[in-house]
Amino acid sequence: MDLKTLCEAQGLSGREEKIRRMALDACVKAFGQSAVTLDGLGSVIARRKGANSAKPTVMLAAHMDEVGLMVISATEEGLLRFRAIGGVDARVLVSKRVRVGYEAEGKPSLPGVIGALAIHLQTAEDRKTVLPIEQLYIDIGAKDKAEAERLAPAGTLVTFDTPYTPFGDGCVLAKAFDDRVGVYNLLRLLDAPYDGDLVFAFTSQEEAGCRGAVSAGYSVQPDIALILECTSANDLGETPEALQVCRVGQGVCVSFMDNASIGDAELYRALLATGEAQGIPHQIKQFVSGGNDAGSIQRSGAGSRTLALSVPCRNIHSPACVCSVRDIDSQEALTRAYLQSL
Amino acid sequence: MEELIRKLTAAYGPSGREGEVADLIESLLKGKVDSIRRDALGNLICEKKGTAKDGRRIMFSAHMDQIGLIVTHAEKEGYLRVSNVGGIFIANSRMRHVRFQNGVHGVLVEQPLKPGETSSMRTYYIDIGANSADEALRKVQLGDVAIYAEECFTLGERRLAAPAMDDRCACALLVSLMQALPPCKDTVIAVFSTQEEVGCRGGKTAAYSVEPDVGIALDVTLCGDQPEDRKLAINLGEGPAVKIMDMLSISNPELVQALLAAAKRAKIPCQREVLPFGGTDAGAMQLTRGGMPVCTLSIPSRNVHSSCEIVDLNDLENAQKLLLAYLKG
Repeated sequence: MDLKTLCEAQGLSGREEKIRRMALDACVKAFGQSAVTLDGLGSVIARRKGANSAKPTVMLAAHMDEVGLMVISATEEGLLRFRAIGGVDARVLVSKRVRVGYEAEGKPSLPGVIGALAIHLQTAEDRKTVLPIEQLYIDIGAKDKAEAERLAPAGTLVTFDTPYTPFGDGCVLAKAFDDRVGVYNLLRLLDAPYDGDLVFAFTSQEEAGCRGAVSAGYSVQPDIALILECTSANDLGETPEALQVCRVGQGVCVSFMDNASIGDAELYRALLATGEAQGIPHQIKQFVSGGNDAGSIQRSGAGSRTLALSVPCRNIHSPACVCSVRDIDSQEALTRAYLQSL
Repeated sequence: MEELIRKLTAAYGPSGREGEVADLIESLLKGKVDSIRRDALGNLICEKKGTAKDGRRIMFSAHMDQIGLIVTHAEKEGYLRVSNVGGIFIANSRMRHVRFQNGVHGVLVEQPLKPGETSSMRTYYIDIGANSADEALRKVQLGDVAIYAEECFTLGERRLAAPAMDDRCACALLVSLMQALPPCKDTVIAVFSTQEEVGCRGGKTAAYSVEPDVGIALDVTLCGDQPEDRKLAINLGEGPAVKIMDMLSISNPELVQALLAAAKRAKIPCQREVLPFGGTDAGAMQLTRGGMPVCTLSIPSRNVHSSCEIVDLNDLENAQKLLLAYLKG
């Protein structure tokens, strides 16, 4: 499965069916139907039995869902009111193109744009304030409320509309890198050399609070879990080095701590040593912020040793995220090399 | 008890890096319990089997971890930027002597604030005497954690002050209890837990694998006997406190009564605690699997989450008497 298809596919928290289909098909093809389960929260769990039962059970996890919007009602004029699904910064929304509804066989999604007051009509005061989501509307060109409600009833999901675009020095621009890069690499790792039990978990609802990983972690209960994620790079402009978190193009990020978990100290050392020994580009995530499925998996059941490996991403959670292909490749390479070293 | 506290507060063990404390406790309890194991989160789980077939499984939890400062960046001048691990109070952190696990010392300094800027971890740095980022990162790595360096010292006759008294004094209490424990009908599981200061994380997985019938956390609580304090009905030296409620758990009322009755039988002073903030491993235990009755036995402490957390040895000795009386039934 290529990254373009994965990023352009629509998959908001709780509605990951398109990504799930791709993950399911790939896992069933690789391991057979009996090795793959779909749990109650919609996570895909594929178990690859290893010959060596003395080796630790390793879980590789990536979340299928992306952030986006949901329609809550329509105005008299036929504009759509909406709310965010997951962490969306209202400042990135104005004038962005979106796709309203999921596209299905023979039924495309509706094009839409998030509207706001034109600059000509703004007062000096208007320009200083950020419009909250409650004051933004999606324009789908509907003639009135009735038409808007028919085309996009409450509950309709809205995703950013961004074509996957390679540019510059090995960079790519797209929506949903968080966490389609992880899903992409998990799929590339289905053949990773490891003779212990290896479990691939494509989790749901991470952006809504790491929910899918709670049940996935519980049913797998691995000894070790590596979480393949995407994390914020703050490496543009005048940001002091101490606040940059990580830098696009300088390799996969190894995390010692975020707000949801402290990385297992031994795993942290081992992954850094593997990157060093194999010459795989890597960097340390230099800020304590955010949280991911590592927290949920670490504390499911009797607990697991966890660590997050993240691809640095500029403008994360926005319609136009930027990652480096080299970093995406080093996430896959470091995970593969670590499994080989076990 | 005093010697145990001195030993345990001297050990290095911020959240996620509790190995040194676990090693020390394991050496103290080897041969005194039926089994000792560690789990994926580093919890040290020590079990002493009960004599009765229908005995309960009682889990005690005292957390090994202490608050700390994790290195996130080295400035080109050699200063280290840090983030907090657990509830570091900024006001308690200025010009503190800190140390790392490998023995590197540092001073935690606040840089001058710009107009309108407020104190936060971002305005702090650690000076470890390095002149460049390279030199600093040869001594300390990104992800290493500093702790307050002060050593344990005596105040007056029976009081001790140290960083990490939260919760090493309760670790000392639990070690001492397990060493002194006569055969009793219930199985007692002493859990020395990890990562309590970042959200009772170790207590959760330990409770899951231990599967207790009853959970009792042993932790410090704040005092209400200091100038301009927060008006809690807890006084240092007037006995351990049975927790009625905090922000993470409402104690099981029968268990509260059982602990208060045990204090009466042991003829020791005992206080009742209602804490309008904070939480302990009891909160994590209570919601594990199908749930269980929980309570916290608290050790009054002044200046919690500072480099000089003060406890009274009488309270700790009385807490041990209370717990022995409770287990004797």
